[in-house]
Amino acid sequence: MNVAPLGLAASVLAAEVPAQRAQVSSGQWLTACRLAWEQDGRLVALWGSDERDRRRGFCVRAVVEDAGGLTMLEHTLPDADARYPDISPIFPAASRMQRATYDLVGIAAEADDQRPWLWLASWPIDQFPLRHDFAASPQWEPGQEEYAFVRVEGEGVHEIPVGPVHAGIIEPGHFRFQVVGEKVLRLEERLGYTHKGIEKRFESLPLLEAGRLAGRVSGDSTVAYAWAYAQAAERIANVAIPVRAAWLRALCLERERLANHLGDLGALGNDGGFAFGLAQFSRLREDVLRTNFAALGHRLMMDVVVPGGVARDLALGQVHSLHDEADRIAREVVELRSIYDEHAGLQDRFRTAGRVSQELATKLGMLGLAGRASGIARDVRCDFPFAPYDALGVRMAVESAGDVAARVAVRFDEIEESTRLIGAITAALLDPPAAGECRVDLPDVPADRLALGYVEGWRGPVLIALESGPGGTVRRCHPQDPSWANWPAIEHAVIGNIVPDFPLINKSFNLSYSGHDL
Amino acid sequence: MYQTLRRIARVGVITETPPRAADENIVAARLQEAILRTLGRALTIRHVDAGSCNACELEAHALMNPYYNIEGLGIRFVASPRHADALLVTGPVTKHMAIALRRTYDATPEPRLVIAAGECACGRGIFGESYATLGAVDKLLPIDVAIPGCPPSPTALLQGILAALRAAAAPPLRTEPTLGEEPAP
Repeated sequence: MNVAPLGLAASVLAAEVPAQRAQVSSGQWLTACRLAWEQDGRLVALWGSDERDRRRGFCVRAVVEDAGGLTMLEHTLPDADARYPDISPIFPAASRMQRATYDLVGIAAEADDQRPWLWLASWPIDQFPLRHDFAASPQWEPGQEEYAFVRVEGEGVHEIPVGPVHAGIIEPGHFRFQVVGEKVLRLEERLGYTHKGIEKRFESLPLLEAGRLAGRVSGDSTVAYAWAYAQAAERIANVAIPVRAAWLRALCLERERLANHLGDLGALGNDGGFAFGLAQFSRLREDVLRTNFAALGHRLMMDVVVPGGVARDLALGQVHSLHDEADRIAREVVELRSIYDEHAGLQDRFRTAGRVSQELATKLGMLGLAGRASGIARDVRCDFPFAPYDALGVRMAVESAGDVAARVAVRFDEIEESTRLIGAITAALLDPPAAGECRVDLPDVPADRLALGYVEGWRGPVLIALESGPGGTVRRCHPQDPSWANWPAIEHAVIGNIVPDFPLINKSFNLSYSGHDL
Repeated sequence: MYQTLRRIARVGVITETPPRAADENIVAARLQEAILRTLGRALTIRHVDAGSCNACELEAHALMNPYYNIEGLGIRFVASPRHADALLVTGPVTKHMAIALRRTYDATPEPRLVIAAGECACGRGIFGESYATLGAVDKLLPIDVAIPGCPPSPTALLQGILAALRAAAAPPLRTEPTLGEEPAP
């Protein structure tokens, strides 16, 4: 985004994708967001920081993404009573981000909805965890809040509360349905149940070790998060990773995408009453995880991507077996796809369920896989291809129907593409240019640097904003999961559908609770 | 339909032998013989995610894939705590989930077991004990089995779950003498 017309001077922001930062006034905060919206920008993140120790009050930052890259807007508030403009009329996803920023830092937007979002009465409401003077010792008892859910009035309207403990093996969250018979009139989500104080925890870990925490923000996206964190750490330390490390990271990322899509397709078949699908796809997912363990030392590949490169290399034989496995899985999935596509009962469940139109998806600023299923053609691997994606040329999977069937189709297409990419990566790993070390050491990390990491995880783009402190510490680390942008879409997607279709619709999005709640 | 049946026939049965039970996962002095004799060999489990990062859940799901086939061993995951013999708890127990976890436990009829799965649930997770987390399942509930791992593999989960059932199995009938021993009269 060219911010010069707004009278702003932007400086380069360290990242693997094109990125800039600009200090803005209150009025400019709004005009910059409007300009970004007009240029097809989307809000990726919004968070606050306590800057009183630097005599700069508080800082609220937002990151928008457009065709040119990432733009980080920074606005300083002199004290906690000052408010910043509400950008949720432009970017609806900002509403919850602003509420969460208040819960954790204590600075508020000038917005109508001031309900807490990540605070569920487990610490005093006038205490703010991410302030430097917050008493971090855990002396408060868990409390129970009264949350003002919106109710629907009318004859025959019933209210169904679901969660936080859900029927299956799934993360906790609360869904409040307003229904007539089986038809959903309204859904309101209440999240925050898995809030672990991750951002505060980052500040007590050495910067070079905190990648382990980043990799556990959302366990099914550990590679994406660890890579984004490593990108930011490497930019702060001004270190370039070896060529081989980039190839190995991409291998891990594509295997993570593959494993998640296989698991989801099985679960979606099961949610549609087709247990055969669950048996077949969970078998293939297990094959992938066992290969991960044999080749990389961990079934989910946790702690494999580290700042400086990759923790361990592959043996020659393993490279070949990974190549063969990718081929085999691709062939099996082709067959399973035709079974899914031709199964009348399953298609009857999938098609038109949980539909989000392209127009609505654009308004809501949806990201990642769910966005692509509604026609929003964005993918960091294609839009800002850092190494080795610049050499790979990823084919983006886009659908337009925006229903469960479309989100299934995107997963099938991405499996096909990821198996192809794994084949290409394994071939590249055998070539001389990719030979050599898989890791370099990071020297002392300079203080007071800020850098971003941005990686297309299997759900969508994962952002890490990392600020270094003195002595190799983390001053502030803000992870932003793509689920923030997509959770509100589910509230729209279920309207008009029947309650028994909710598990199917929810699973077709499969958003992160832990990645969201931090 | 034909494609589906052909695929089922081609893939065949791939279920593996279950692993040995891991006695070291038993939290001694909690597990009572009487409870185990009542439960017999089958077990219904209610899983509760007390704030995990979701990795433990993925591996718990894997227990139901054809390789591990936990249902073939007579062990099922159930939707209601009222139907459960055991709670499988993951995560460091966030304060936001403490009340829900407590209510789920209270709703589980006796005899009941509590299985803490994963480093976080066992009190060694990276999130630690903080303003937001209790830090371990045993800060809230008495636990019977503790399964380590980040996340525990499905095999490790099975070893821990089977350990809880181990003592309930009757001793095997001796049908032929072991080498070096006198045959039983």
